[in-house]
Amino acid sequence: MTNSIKMRGLLVLACVLLALASLAPTVMKDRLPTWWQNAFDPIHLGLDLQGGMHLVLGVEIDKAVESRLDSVIEETESLLTEQDIIFKSVDRFDGERLKVTVYDTEAGEEVDAIMREHFPSLESMTIKASSGYVEKNYRFSDKEVAQIEDFAVRQALETMRNRVDQFGVSEPLIQRQSDNRILIQLPGVKDPQRAINLLGKTAQLQFKMVVADADIEAAKAGNLRPGTKLLYERNVDPRTGHVTERPIVVTERASLTGDLLTGAQVRIDTRFNEPYVSIDFNAAGAKRFDQITAANVGQRMAIVLDDTVYSAPTIRERISGGSAQISGAFTEQEATDLAIVLRAGSLPAPVNILENRTVGPSLGYDSISQGIKSVLIGAVLVIAMILVYYRGAGLIANTALVLNILFILALLGMFKATLTLPGIAGIVLTVGMAIDANVLIFERIREELRNGKSARIAIDSGYAKAFITIVDANITTLIAALVLFQFGTGPVKGFAVTLSVGILASMFTAIFVSRLIFDFFLDVRNVRKISI
Amino acid sequence: MELIKPDVNIDFVGKRRYVAVISVVLILVGLTALIVRGGPNYGVDFTGGTVVQVRFDQSTDAAQIKELLVPEILSSALVQRFGDGNNEFLIRAEETDDGLQGMRIALMQKLEQGYGEGSVELRRVEMVGPQVGKDLRKKGLMAIMYAMVGILLYISWRFELRFAVGAVVALLHDVVLTFGAFSIFDKEIGLPVIAAFLAIIGYSLNDTIVVYDRIRENRGRYNDKSFPELINRSINETLSRTILTSITTLLVVLALFVFGGGVIHDFAFALLIGVVVGTYSSIFIASSMLLLWDKFQTKEPRKA
Repeated sequence: MTNSIKMRGLLVLACVLLALASLAPTVMKDRLPTWWQNAFDPIHLGLDLQGGMHLVLGVEIDKAVESRLDSVIEETESLLTEQDIIFKSVDRFDGERLKVTVYDTEAGEEVDAIMREHFPSLESMTIKASSGYVEKNYRFSDKEVAQIEDFAVRQALETMRNRVDQFGVSEPLIQRQSDNRILIQLPGVKDPQRAINLLGKTAQLQFKMVVADADIEAAKAGNLRPGTKLLYERNVDPRTGHVTERPIVVTERASLTGDLLTGAQVRIDTRFNEPYVSIDFNAAGAKRFDQITAANVGQRMAIVLDDTVYSAPTIRERISGGSAQISGAFTEQEATDLAIVLRAGSLPAPVNILENRTVGPSLGYDSISQGIKSVLIGAVLVIAMILVYYRGAGLIANTALVLNILFILALLGMFKATLTLPGIAGIVLTVGMAIDANVLIFERIREELRNGKSARIAIDSGYAKAFITIVDANITTLIAALVLFQFGTGPVKGFAVTLSVGILASMFTAIFVSRLIFDFFLDVRNVRKISI
Repeated sequence: MELIKPDVNIDFVGKRRYVAVISVVLILVGLTALIVRGGPNYGVDFTGGTVVQVRFDQSTDAAQIKELLVPEILSSALVQRFGDGNNEFLIRAEETDDGLQGMRIALMQKLEQGYGEGSVELRRVEMVGPQVGKDLRKKGLMAIMYAMVGILLYISWRFELRFAVGAVVALLHDVVLTFGAFSIFDKEIGLPVIAAFLAIIGYSLNDTIVVYDRIRENRGRYNDKSFPELINRSINETLSRTILTSITTLLVVLALFVFGGGVIHDFAFALLIGVVVGTYSSIFIASSMLLLWDKFQTKEPRKA
């Protein structure tokens, strides 16, 4: 045996062994020693095969800018009061602009100076004077807006990560997709609706004073006093699960917000055996809570989460311990989820679901079995066809084909790529196309043999001539596959991956491996005539 | 075994006028179907909307399901049988459940009311918001365009510009015909179908390049032959390979189409049409384009 054949044989053998070793964890699962399982990951199945949920959430970044502006308004009001500047109003208009209305130009200039000093990120806009008032307009610079938006998405991402961690899903994927989109994949999630509820909650916890003397009927008709807001108090009957809603008027401004929380736990009220959520404030929150309760004894305070009132207890006495409880006749799971979102932090802006693809485990299971079935049937058909057509040489091509499938699967595992249903289709397609390289070579060899060449020379020139064609043809397919990879999401990306890997693996098996087998027969076994 | 005799010599190039007529007719039929159907039948991936796949433990029919859901839960819905049995259905609605209210909860509750508790299984939900749908459609078109440009560049580098143009025209031809077939059979175009289109592009190209390669090789060998003769000879020499590869690819795609299951049925359908059309175009269209190009090239100076 010549050295070259030996070396090539060893290389192929090593590749086959490595491929088998890397596929073992996929096939044998836990029966392998741990070091083996650590060395090679099993093939990762896509959500369409193992079931699970794929969500794309859009962060409403405009809302983040608005709420930032709201806090500036609050600060401005107290600054102006502090500095004894008489102003008519400070408010937000057109979504992203801040308007300070004062009575004369002098005050206007003072406002300008204060704003420049305290809020350098605000841009001053045209001064409008109308009917005796001076209006000063401000807005965030484009750069500042971009920063607020970016921060909002990053914070939302962090919050999502916290929530998913506490929700408990194995191998979740959470990543920023584009400017304001967040991609979340939860493989094998059992209760998709609960996950959506949990992830989608803004979880803005606010404490607002109830306006006792408000006219509820007028409020429902849309007649609200300025600075107040109509909300609904939610009440669940623990026995029937029936939800009732009661209108309630509260102050628009929150006395205290959830960002001053340090923790939230589910507790059980022993008297009624009802779960409630106990929350703890940080030092600033505790101080604030102390002040508010002290100043409002006898009044009702509404505990509001995302504009729904959970409870509105009457403040009986000053509360200075820095903790409070939210009781609202929850089921235990609701209380748990509420505690999770409060602990994980609120979202800086509301999110909405832009895309939701959920595959149940049974469908995923069906897809796997149908996919495997079609790969097997396709492969058997092709193998039979090639065997009939090329006989002895067909056997070589088929060996290359089987190795090709083996290598594709092994490479998928090693690259930690995800196998999806279209990915399986990609393997099927590769089976059909991988044989093409051998067909090209064999047709060339046949041509050379017809021209009266010897087996040795026919094989040499067959491989040599077909090589360029194979490379050109495969590279163009590779270009299409790479474009697909760039553009695709999830399942489609899986198709691009298996197609590309399949092309590369097929070049190795169809050219290198099949050639080795030919050379082995020609040189070692001294075959003079080939069956092709 | 041989399917094609080695000394085969079919006058493919001479028949290019008939072929042109066939192709144009096929494209027109596809376009007519497209117009009759009022534009391409995009899936929710591209239009936005919701598809819910449900399985019942009893046989039922689309009309009955629809009656339960419209208009109480959904303003309108398209209910289609899925797979071979009478118990699995796709419900397609325009609404998207972008809030948290859980349209699917309402939908499942309603179905369980109608068919009995626990008798309905939610197999799949695909909800795509309108904005995402628009983005995906744009991205899909861009992908096909980028692929074509990339291929154009590669072939012009490896061969000549006219070969590249011929190949890309053949590709466009294949994609347009497959698109037409989708209209004729009223099949939905979703994300996986775009992937299939790109695979068709790859496949058809594979075939075309093999012929081109032979033309390039033969050009050095037979200096005495005219260009049309050269092309014809190259097509004939590679014919046996073209047919064999088409058959093996068709076999596997057919296996996918028959056994692959409902989820990738349309994807397999696109591949099936694409492989047939791709083989046809690399034999008849891609090479004829070279001649057409030459004709224009020789006319140009005359005009000037």
